[in-house]
Amino acid sequence: MAAAVQKFGPGGPIQCHAWSADRQAIALSHNDKDVMVYQQTGQKGWKETSRLDQHDLRVTGIDWAPVSGRIVTCSQDRNAYVWVKEQNGTWRHTLVLLRINRAATCVKWSPEENKFAVGSGARIISICYFEEENDWWVAKHIKRPLRSTITTVDWHPNNVLLAAGSTDFKVRVFSAYIKDIEQKPAATEWGAKMPFANLMAEFSNSLTGGGWIHSVSFSADGRRIAWVGHDSSIVVADAGMAMMKLKTNFLPLLTVTWISPSSILAAGHDCVPIVFRVDPSGKISDGSKLEEDKKVETPITANAMRMFRNKDRVGQELLDSKLATTHQNQITEIRILRGSKSQAEAVSTTAGDGKLCIWHLRDLATTFEDLKL
Amino acid sequence: MAKNTSSNVFRTLDVDQYNEDNYKEDNDSTDPAALGPNDTLITSLLAANKPVEALTHLLSGATLGIKDQAARTTSLTLAMRVLMAIKVSQIDDAVAQLDNESRDVLMKFIYRGFEVPNEGSSAHLLVWHEKVFTVAGVGSIVRVLTDKKRV
Repeated sequence: MAAAVQKFGPGGPIQCHAWSADRQAIALSHNDKDVMVYQQTGQKGWKETSRLDQHDLRVTGIDWAPVSGRIVTCSQDRNAYVWVKEQNGTWRHTLVLLRINRAATCVKWSPEENKFAVGSGARIISICYFEEENDWWVAKHIKRPLRSTITTVDWHPNNVLLAAGSTDFKVRVFSAYIKDIEQKPAATEWGAKMPFANLMAEFSNSLTGGGWIHSVSFSADGRRIAWVGHDSSIVVADAGMAMMKLKTNFLPLLTVTWISPSSILAAGHDCVPIVFRVDPSGKISDGSKLEEDKKVETPITANAMRMFRNKDRVGQELLDSKLATTHQNQITEIRILRGSKSQAEAVSTTAGDGKLCIWHLRDLATTFEDLKL
Repeated sequence: MAKNTSSNVFRTLDVDQYNEDNYKEDNDSTDPAALGPNDTLITSLLAANKPVEALTHLLSGATLGIKDQAARTTSLTLAMRVLMAIKVSQIDDAVAQLDNESRDVLMKFIYRGFEVPNEGSSAHLLVWHEKVFTVAGVGSIVRVLTDKKRV
């Protein structure tokens, strides 16, 4: 059972969300151009503390850096803003020129928070870093061999490698090494030479086409990546180009994250998080849902007139459009609330029904075998 | 209006091909001759009254993503013959024997069969659809819709 279900004001579907480092504040966007920052007050209350409204079009990605406390947001208006909290509690924004001519789709801070990656519909990934001497954020582009919109990005723990999933049914690992701001990285399983924009690995989702990649996630040690595609599949691949694909029986999954070195949590159009076990050889086992279907109560007092009216209007006696899960619409994003990718204890999910749910994996582990971390 | 606006030949020009931002798909050339040997094997199995084996051969040998329309139609007619030949009582076992890949290809054939109905074919295909759906779930239907390489 989800421990906490929270609806924030009258807002609509929540597209993306990000937690502050102390998990007392959350920044989210209700599918419009504003980013709301809510602060937790007391046990259960949330108070809106700020509204970040610099964007002109829908906000597509939010990320909150845990150490520096900066928020980066990107939007369909082809811009990204970096927000810094001032002493008096207001947020000061800085425009980042991404130099793209299409919408930005996703944004992630790097592990060391000195740069962030923005995917866009312009078939470009912008890696942005802060240049001290000019006091602004500079964007460098990764263009080749991207051929279509980037839908998702995720950083490797070494702060240099970046995985990107795209609508050309491929997942690629690039090097985003900026020599102005960091040391040369040590060799990893993905390769030794890492000049900027070097393609380290490319994975095709399926030989038969495969569907758009919705979300990609590096494992905690960076050796493997997991992604979900629109063909209802989940794939785990490692640096040696071994790819293990599981075609699920569920509706397509939209978001995925590692919660331990051997399990992945994913969620999507089925409106419930699903956990998959990954054994050491990479084989993925069938997933199990995190909650059982709740019995939907149909009112017994549905009177005869309503029943016949429905039968006449719609063709069935009882109109029950309420889903048997906590979320009533597809889950758009999963974030680790407590813990990390190597040991997650609680995760939060936001969905198209405007709700935020928190799942305590430790408690659920007693009920579900697969969840034993 | 001037005379030159009366011609609408320009509407037949595909201007999108000149847009360099266009996504060009991977062009893999699939070998159409690969279907050939299967055809004879499958028809002989059908004649020998072994439709379930014919089905396994059909599904494992099906090549996806063929551009040639005639080849696709012949493969579809063959698939329909096999599917119709299997009786309703045999469908459960037939589906249970298949592996996941073959079940996805079978679902693709079922949907293609729905597109060109003959007498009585849709009802039989509906039974097939239900049996495959109970095993493979919504995911197989999603894959019919999202896979670019059609059967």
